[in-house]
Amino acid sequence: MDHFPTNWGRPRNDAYDAYGTYPIAQRPYNGPKDAFAQGIQHTQQPIVTGTSVLALKYKDGVMLAADNLASYGSLARFKDIQRLQAIGAHTVIGAGGDMSDFQYIQAMLDELIIDEFTAQDGHTLGPAEIHEYLAQVMYARRSKMNPLWNAILVGGVKDGKRFLSFVDLLGTTYSASTLATGYGAHIALPLLRTAVEGKEDILNEEEAHKILEQSMKVLYYRDARSIDKYQVATITAEGVSISETRHLETSWSFAEGIRGYGAQTQ
Amino acid sequence: MPSIEQPQQRQFNPYSENGGTILAIAGADFSVIAGDTRQSEGYSIQTRYAPKVFRLTDRAVLAVNGFAADGNMFVKKVRQRLEWYRHAHAKDMPLRAIARLIQTMLYARRFFPFYVYNILGGIEEDGTGAVYSFDPVGSYEREACRAAGAAQSLVQPFLDNQIYFKNQLPAPGTSHPAHLPLSTVLSLVIDSFTSATERHIEVGDGLEIYIVFSKGSTSLQGLASVRGLQEVTTTDDGERVFVIRRELKKD
Repeated sequence: MDHFPTNWGRPRNDAYDAYGTYPIAQRPYNGPKDAFAQGIQHTQQPIVTGTSVLALKYKDGVMLAADNLASYGSLARFKDIQRLQAIGAHTVIGAGGDMSDFQYIQAMLDELIIDEFTAQDGHTLGPAEIHEYLAQVMYARRSKMNPLWNAILVGGVKDGKRFLSFVDLLGTTYSASTLATGYGAHIALPLLRTAVEGKEDILNEEEAHKILEQSMKVLYYRDARSIDKYQVATITAEGVSISETRHLETSWSFAEGIRGYGAQTQ
Repeated sequence: MPSIEQPQQRQFNPYSENGGTILAIAGADFSVIAGDTRQSEGYSIQTRYAPKVFRLTDRAVLAVNGFAADGNMFVKKVRQRLEWYRHAHAKDMPLRAIARLIQTMLYARRFFPFYVYNILGGIEEDGTGAVYSFDPVGSYEREACRAAGAAQSLVQPFLDNQIYFKNQLPAPGTSHPAHLPLSTVLSLVIDSFTSATERHIEVGDGLEIYIVFSKGSTSLQGLASVRGLQEVTTTDDGERVFVIRRELKKD
């Protein structure tokens, strides 16, 4: 006897065990079927990914660094991808995570900047506004269970104020005088905090760059999804500049002296 | 016999847990609402300063703890509703009304909850100090004190003992006080957080203590000697709000 009156008089489904109690009693579904349910795909995992982004505040502004690699799993797939992008005249964003989602975000923010420019109302969007907008978009997408799979740093200078904040695929936000995403949050951030905290108003551009280069180098030695080519974005009151690709000078000769690191001769 | 086809998928998890602890204690004519400022995920400290306690009006302060993104969004939406109320009625919403509003806002998301534990502190219309505590789907009650978050299990028993005098017998011929003075409450709050910082890895960095006083509260005198005090009152309705910022251990 089927005890669900809504099933009475409907075709029987012999593949369905009406007496099954595990995991919980299931009823056959008799409602309308969505033929396209299988067709709607949400991002469930990142595919082509970027690794860490690093950033710090220094005397004259904010500096960000990210390498030029986009990986496909463990394959170093694209080796000249730019992961830092200027948004408007006062802001740079840097992204780790899914690169196609990041490129979508770039297109979205470029359109936003054009809309604001077209208004010609004497206002421009600064880093705080860009970050707030991005945070709302990221949170809205996670709430639709269709996240943009990124961790993003937003840095900039506007009206004489430095700004540096984080936002990720969950819509989580926070700010500090130095930030890092991905592996960098584990490996580089302790180094950055030691070098930067309490010295935000003292460090000059050269020192800030030195700190970032050193951290990128440590990451390149330890993060298997990184590459020795990176870019640095500098945002000051004068404006935004993103450097040409730079090369990290590394030395691997120490490896020969370590047993278990390379080919063994004995 | 095979059962009907079950969809099998690895699902995106829309929640995270960002640590930290919050706490509120009601006095006779004041209310104290406090929270640490560390935000973490797993073993990583994301930032040493991310406020969890927010002044809503001059008689209401809200502390949020749990998933930080949900917490910030929830505070944003509560503030929006309070602004609409101000425009409609030309006054700030009373505390007990804010408490009921928060319940309905939380329960509206019963099937995709805000993963947030709320504690609302402030002054009722009758001038008494009040604390309301909520679960993520809106169950709430008015209490004299409440701790929530990562170190709830460390702090709440301490408060039960020191505020409600649980497991304590009064000296012969005396009785336990119904309300504690401000200086005692502040000491309890600071001790709670320094101790939670010692024993819980997700608690530390900074401490923000909000104090709300009713109109003409006599407890105001006790503030003179307090270090690191700042007034954040915005109206001249009579209620006054102060915040004390302190450092906690950063390890």
